[in-house]
Amino acid sequence: MSGFARRLWALLRKEWIQMWRDPLTLRLILALPLLQLVLYGFAINTNPKNLPTGILAAGYSRYERDLVAALQNTGYFDMRTLHSEQEGERDLVEGKLLFVINIPADFDRAVDRGDVPSVLMDADATDPSAVGNAMSALGALTGALNRDLPPTGQTQIRSPPFQFVIHARYNPEQLTVLNVLPGLICLVLIFSTLFLTTLSIAKERERGTVENLLATPVRPVELMIAKIVPYVFIGYMQVVLILVVSALLFALPMRGSLALLMLALGLFIISNLALGLTFSSVATNQMQAQQMAQFTLMPSFILSGFFFPFSGMPQWAQWVGELLPTTHIIRVVRGILLKGSSFDQIVNDLWPIALFALAAIMVSVTFYRETLD
Amino acid sequence: MTALAIDVAGLSKSFGTSKVVDSLDLQVAEGEICGFLGANGSGKTTTIRLLSGLLKPDAGRGQCIGYDIRSQTDQIRRQIGYMTQKFSYYEDLTVYENLYLVAGIYEISQPQAAIARVVGDLGLAPYVKNLAGTLSGGWKQRLALAACVLHRPKLLLLDEPTAGVDVKARREFWDLLHDMAAEGITVLVSTHYMDEAARCKRIVYLANGRIVVQGDPLSLTASSGLITFEIKTANIDALAHEARKRAGVEAAAVFGPLLHVTGTKRATLEASLHDLAPEGWHEVEPTLEDVFIHLLATGGSGR
Repeated sequence: MSGFARRLWALLRKEWIQMWRDPLTLRLILALPLLQLVLYGFAINTNPKNLPTGILAAGYSRYERDLVAALQNTGYFDMRTLHSEQEGERDLVEGKLLFVINIPADFDRAVDRGDVPSVLMDADATDPSAVGNAMSALGALTGALNRDLPPTGQTQIRSPPFQFVIHARYNPEQLTVLNVLPGLICLVLIFSTLFLTTLSIAKERERGTVENLLATPVRPVELMIAKIVPYVFIGYMQVVLILVVSALLFALPMRGSLALLMLALGLFIISNLALGLTFSSVATNQMQAQQMAQFTLMPSFILSGFFFPFSGMPQWAQWVGELLPTTHIIRVVRGILLKGSSFDQIVNDLWPIALFALAAIMVSVTFYRETLD
Repeated sequence: MTALAIDVAGLSKSFGTSKVVDSLDLQVAEGEICGFLGANGSGKTTTIRLLSGLLKPDAGRGQCIGYDIRSQTDQIRRQIGYMTQKFSYYEDLTVYENLYLVAGIYEISQPQAAIARVVGDLGLAPYVKNLAGTLSGGWKQRLALAACVLHRPKLLLLDEPTAGVDVKARREFWDLLHDMAAEGITVLVSTHYMDEAARCKRIVYLANGRIVVQGDPLSLTASSGLITFEIKTANIDALAHEARKRAGVEAAAVFGPLLHVTGTKRATLEASLHDLAPEGWHEVEPTLEDVFIHLLATGGSGR
């Protein structure tokens, strides 16, 4: 073995022991993606059902029964009869109801006459994503009365027999589990590569052990590689874990090439590690390093299109978002997993990551201190 | 003249605007134990870091164990053992694992044998499986020393290796240093302890990044120009307090029932003591501590 290989091996062995000797951190590293997976997958439901709904109806006619049954069949509405408009108003304000549906008097007769009566729906749109799907389901309900409409009426009426008038807002983009999971992979990777490497090097600096190492024949590049390798390993383990669990729990598809996915993620990991090295060279203790990493994590969460639709952001925020490797890797991962994108189709998002990685490496090399100066 | 393990001239280093090491010339002979003394911030640690290649000097040149301190730091690092002021091995690794790491770093061909040797020499055998973090201060220092000498360095640079360690452990540590010196290893060690300074073959005293005095401990006290009188009296604390106000008295220090009054001007000192201690006094040899307190008080500028 050459001197380089022997020293590197000694350092890797040490990192490995230290990693296993801290079982709490190790468990957290593996538990974190699972926890996030379950939280995003199950707890955060952007398509909620059985929403509390009050219904105001003058009588209990045939068409009204048909309409209520159709609403119930969508699964979005959990219906209860209201006795007055005031009751509906009050419960809507207090949050006991998310919808109040008001079927006008003489509904049946108006339908039969072809007057196209309006069914009024008040929706609590404070959280548009909570009610959005329920509202869009209404569009399909205008055929609800078909079964009971007189045969002649069915053929004659060209316009729908009634219409919904909704007081609510439009939710531009629906987040779904499948949309979130690819982003989750990227964010977990940021955490394990950027955060943990930054902290790990800053810890050596803080405890003074790096001074000791620098006074030995260890070369900085050996130290860095020894620091990086375990976390690249952990990062890929997390990716595999998320992919397997997502496939089992949420039927996350894998439409593109796994090798391409791993390659793209490798590029992303490098960009994070280079950034981590820069941070750890600049920071003098773990606290500072953590703050700096946090500073990167926050925009990556918010501006990358992970939490909020990219197209829904103002122009300036989109420009900032385009600078972040996370934005691009999320597109790449979504593309490969969900759309089966090929290399040609993701190359436009790959080169910005590569460029970022290159820039970060150059900065980290500039900042890296070989001596204690 | 014997060969020099360290031979540097005009060494300078600044941090920002403060000059921490100021044109320092230093020679240390092979196999010598050289004590590095001086107030906190006098440049001891920085000098040691410059010699080990951890810092690049702004000016000056020289060699360390035959290698140029500017261009051959790689070779220097392979053949020195550097012990930091703060314990800087891995507390979450065992004694053995720490030593095994060091063995790998220095490419020692038979790590088990090398570790067994230092563990035996330093009496670490009962602790090899303990986590370094669980060791007491004295044993941590011994582990650090073991790690420093594992690769049989020619030169040991020790930065306050015994700070905060109990007397017995310190005594044993110094016995080990003398054993190593006997094998031909050169030791440059910084310390604040007078008993340790007295055990050095040679002392180098630093102030403001410059060497103020150097020599063997005995000649240092002899050549200091200090005069020390010993007074035995009942009301010793009050007398000490009073003595410090008198002309010619640089220091008055109580040692149990005895008061040591130190100054450089014999006539003035005697005149001051005349009415202070009518029972009388007698002259004693100044101690190393007297000498260093004198040096510290005069800012190292002088005699």
